[in-house]
Amino acid sequence: MITSQLLVGITRLLVGAHGRWIHSRPAPTQRIYFANHTSHLDTLALWAALPPALRARTRPVAARDYWGGGGIRGFIAEHGFRAVYIERGRTQDNPLAPLEAALGSGDSLILFPEGTRTPAPLPQAFKAGLYHLARRHPQVEPVAVYLDTLHRSMPKGSLLPVPLTCSVRFGRAVPVQADEPKESFLERARAAVVELA
Amino acid sequence: MSERHKFWLVMGGVLALLVVASVIGAWLKQRTRSDGGRDVVANLVARINAWWVMVALLCACFLLGRAATLVFFALASFFALREFLTLTPTRPGDHLPMALCFYVALPLQYWLIGVEWYGLFAICIPVYGFLLLPAISALDGDVDGFLERNTKIQWGLMLTVYCVSYAPAVLLLHIPGYEGQSLLLMLYLLLVVQLSDVLQYVFGKLFGRRKLAPTVSPSKTVEGLVGGGLAATAVGTGLWWITPFSPMGAAAISAVIVLAGFLGGLALSAVKRSLGAKDWGTMIEGHGGMLDRLDSVSFAAPVFFHVVRYAYHG
Repeated sequence: MITSQLLVGITRLLVGAHGRWIHSRPAPTQRIYFANHTSHLDTLALWAALPPALRARTRPVAARDYWGGGGIRGFIAEHGFRAVYIERGRTQDNPLAPLEAALGSGDSLILFPEGTRTPAPLPQAFKAGLYHLARRHPQVEPVAVYLDTLHRSMPKGSLLPVPLTCSVRFGRAVPVQADEPKESFLERARAAVVELA
Repeated sequence: MSERHKFWLVMGGVLALLVVASVIGAWLKQRTRSDGGRDVVANLVARINAWWVMVALLCACFLLGRAATLVFFALASFFALREFLTLTPTRPGDHLPMALCFYVALPLQYWLIGVEWYGLFAICIPVYGFLLLPAISALDGDVDGFLERNTKIQWGLMLTVYCVSYAPAVLLLHIPGYEGQSLLLMLYLLLVVQLSDVLQYVFGKLFGRRKLAPTVSPSKTVEGLVGGGLAATAVGTGLWWITPFSPMGAAAISAVIVLAGFLGGLALSAVKRSLGAKDWGTMIEGHGGMLDRLDSVSFAAPVFFHVVRYAYHG
């Protein structure tokens, strides 16, 4: 609890991370917030931008190879924002299982559907995970989010974040339509992020 | 009269002024009907409320002393630099120079004031920072827009850290017969420069006809500058008894503060517009960002410091 408060405070001091609700409102609905991914600060910024009551029920999806180790990163992920770990690159029965478990227990998720960081203002094509989650959990609302400036605060390869103000823009909800093919949904989802740029 | 007495006497005046302003704000809010008028009044009320907070912070500085004052201004510099560099387009190669500005140059500058090392305080950023930052940036090897990128980072650092730090650096001035009262002198500087901003705004809104520099800052008018500037100088003269200056000296120094502050507002407005923004940020309700409040201070403080040091320093 104190760790979380402290983490939010440091994030505010460094990058501002104030949420702007453009096409949606903050609501206690179960959601998957999906965003463009440009830096390691993204997870913290989006999580810190949520109002406290929503933040307490929202867990960021984090790569185990980066956030899952020991040390300060592991501590932040474990006790700060209660990460849901995902394995990258390894073949498994269902890599989405831990995410589905979190959704099953009523939590919201923060997800970066590009799978990796893109040091550019616009995101690459989305991976399929978001589609599968949205289809298997139709009660969960996927909401587009756009993060700016963070790739300048902490470009790939840098260790120390430079304080620059970032805004976290919340866009529209993008529910899967009946019988919608994967490609069409992922393209709509990406477009909902891009329109906030 | 002791420093403490003088401080609370002046603060009493400031608080009375704020009460009057808040009452006028509330009365205008009741009276104004048109949509445009309402926006102006809402902005005015937000500004007055922000002033309450800023005056409270200033009182806290005075009560807590020197270290707290330095921390307070260091934070102001931090947020101003953050605003400046956020609006500045940077590339990955600027990461290390920017990190040095925030994590080395800024704390060092305020630490030098804390330990009263005047010689290094005055040259650290303009000499060593000026030479080192582009050299470090060159090591990265990105030559695209190298001069523009480095110029902008240097400008931001000079303005938001070096120039702003001159306000608390007034504590370094040792004036014979005025020992131990330097916090009052800092208060005097801030009071005249901020009052000048406020009075120029008020005179401009009431009597403003001729725009001074429409492309740079549409709200600045000749009437605002002359009326507000003269009124602020008059107040600065009337406060001579909290300074080491004679009444004539206080008049001259207030006029210098007012002029430098005005030029700061003008120059920074032009910088802001060339970066494509209307306000530096959204930090202070009604005022915009931290730099929107500090623009005049950043110009007035170094000039005030050096004029006083030249004329009065022992």
